[in-house]
Amino acid sequence: MASNSEHEWRESTYARATARNKERQPRFESSSGAEVDPLYAPEHMAEWNYHEKLGYPGEYPYTRGVQPTMYRGRLWTMRQYAGFADAEESNRRYKFLLEQGQTGLSVAFDLPTQIGYDSDDPVVTGEVGKVGVAISSLQDMETLTDGIPLEQVTTSMTINSTGPILLALYVAAAKKQGADLSKIGGTTQNDILKEYIARGTYIFPPRPSLRMITDTFAWCTDELPSWNTISISGYHMREAGCTAAQELAFTFADAIEYVDAAIEAGMEFDAFAPRLSFFWACHSNFLEEIAKFRASRRIWAKIATERYGSTNPRSQMLRFHTQTGGATLTAQQPINNVIRTALQALSGVLGGTQSLHTNSWDEALALPTEESVETALRTQQVIGYESGVADVIDPLAGSYYIEALTDRVEEEANAYLARIEDIGGALTGIEQGFQQREIQESAYRLQRMQEEGDRVVVGVNRFETEELEVPPIAGHDRTVETRQAERLAKLRAERDNAAVDAALGAIRTAANNDENMMPLLIDAVEAYATIGEICGVLREEWGEYQEAVTI
Amino acid sequence: MADEQAIRVLIAKPGLDGHDRGAKVVARALRDAGMEVIYTGIRQTPDMIAEAALQEDAQVVGLSILSGAHLELFPRVIAALEEREVSDVLLFCGGIIPEADIPAVEEMGFRGVFGPGTSTQDIIEFVREHAPTYAN
Repeated sequence: MASNSEHEWRESTYARATARNKERQPRFESSSGAEVDPLYAPEHMAEWNYHEKLGYPGEYPYTRGVQPTMYRGRLWTMRQYAGFADAEESNRRYKFLLEQGQTGLSVAFDLPTQIGYDSDDPVVTGEVGKVGVAISSLQDMETLTDGIPLEQVTTSMTINSTGPILLALYVAAAKKQGADLSKIGGTTQNDILKEYIARGTYIFPPRPSLRMITDTFAWCTDELPSWNTISISGYHMREAGCTAAQELAFTFADAIEYVDAAIEAGMEFDAFAPRLSFFWACHSNFLEEIAKFRASRRIWAKIATERYGSTNPRSQMLRFHTQTGGATLTAQQPINNVIRTALQALSGVLGGTQSLHTNSWDEALALPTEESVETALRTQQVIGYESGVADVIDPLAGSYYIEALTDRVEEEANAYLARIEDIGGALTGIEQGFQQREIQESAYRLQRMQEEGDRVVVGVNRFETEELEVPPIAGHDRTVETRQAERLAKLRAERDNAAVDAALGAIRTAANNDENMMPLLIDAVEAYATIGEICGVLREEWGEYQEAVTI
Repeated sequence: MADEQAIRVLIAKPGLDGHDRGAKVVARALRDAGMEVIYTGIRQTPDMIAEAALQEDAQVVGLSILSGAHLELFPRVIAALEEREVSDVLLFCGGIIPEADIPAVEEMGFRGVFGPGTSTQDIIEFVREHAPTYAN
């Protein structure tokens, strides 16, 4: 007998089948622990209105994608995060990646650069050139971008507390190339709030940090119109252990904090919002991640219009970068990570990402080798050029499950966002340790599930094998620190130190008033003041953020 | 007191990387296993870690680092501990420590090296087994 509804089917055919043979686990659930039904059918969409929920690509609420043509016009930007040792070596790696068909740069900076110390500062011993490239002055930035036409290549920079300074360096390097600043495109991550929550490269307390960020919003609107001034990031909070819905909620709470700060500084939402961008993780629950990307666009479109009264469509379009989940990579049977990354990347593409970084399979073991990075890039090319998924816009729309899941992720994220609003917004939450605690709880829950076998990780808690051989991994050049120190000593001896002092003095003054910091930072870096010197002045004026540690 | 004294553990993040998911999960698991655990937070200098170990009277010090600076920073932490005569502690570490570096790390005095995918049960058992032989 054919069932007439999902309900009827579940009570009859399905019930008989599960009475004979139990399902393989007692409960199926999403990353946030919500139960997943066995089947989704038209009943799940009874109240569902196509125009309200989805609309068309390039049209409100942008659920189906922000561009009218999506990947039929142009594939996503294949943007591998890279950078190591010094500017010279990283420059060579970028040229290699561009030759291999990568379409945009993504600069990884070392931790001293991210935390505002020069390579020769004694507190950074051992860290120079490790997780990214060491940049201390304009000289380094000139070397980094040498021979790369900055008018043509877009560059994403993962840089936060020192984001405005690195932007000043990039602009100064572009000016030296004779570039037209209106054509300079790229992104500075510039998202300090998630640094306090999860990533840890903060320097200054929140208020002056927010002021630096809104200074970049204002300055770029006038001077660098194609630049994405911020990449409001859920990625690192997800990596620290939160769920998909929490990733959206915490990120939008941060976005609201930035927008409110900019409005308070006198800016119009529709003037700066078109240059806001987002950054999501893609983890292993394939369908939930696709739903998350789609839901994120709808949530932002509503925040822009309903909360901020936006009338500019460009402010309402959530554009995002995606990176596959570093925390999902395993050190055991590491080649399996190629498959994990491919599936995650596919979910990012099916979710309509604007740019994508695919992790390398050896990253749970060490920093990746040139070979493993190439495989990661090839993964994107196979998806883009061979799989056919890029030929049709938002191909999974209308799937009962995908739409139900998109709605549910949206609801869960909005409910979480309301909780953060109730405690006073993202910043108050951070000060109270709310987001940090929530993330730790989720991370601990995941760890318990994994150890109790409720969550299978192939090669780690199931299908384990004796480890065979250790694959070749990247070695580290330990001479970078010395080379950088020599360069800095020479620079400090040869530059016009009176000009440096004057520029640093102007920054000190501006730290205590509300003058836009960007032109002063550009003046300072053009005089070859170093990042450590600039941050030294700001540390003296603003102090440093003290983390409230909770476990 | 007839009760067995709780094992005192310091979990610390030397260096500049902010990736402390692993450190926090391990700290929490050891605490749930009945140990007394102090987590220092990120960006600790070798001196800060050694001082905390001294002040907290730690028997066990666990270091987590993911930036690749372990070969430079671990010896400095050990030197700072020795300077304060806190040398009788059980040392273990975790994070991204490449296989090739493990002999060097063990040579420094680390009795356990726990990479990604380690079960917290293994770390709890390791600490329970080895901590009692350390005096601090």
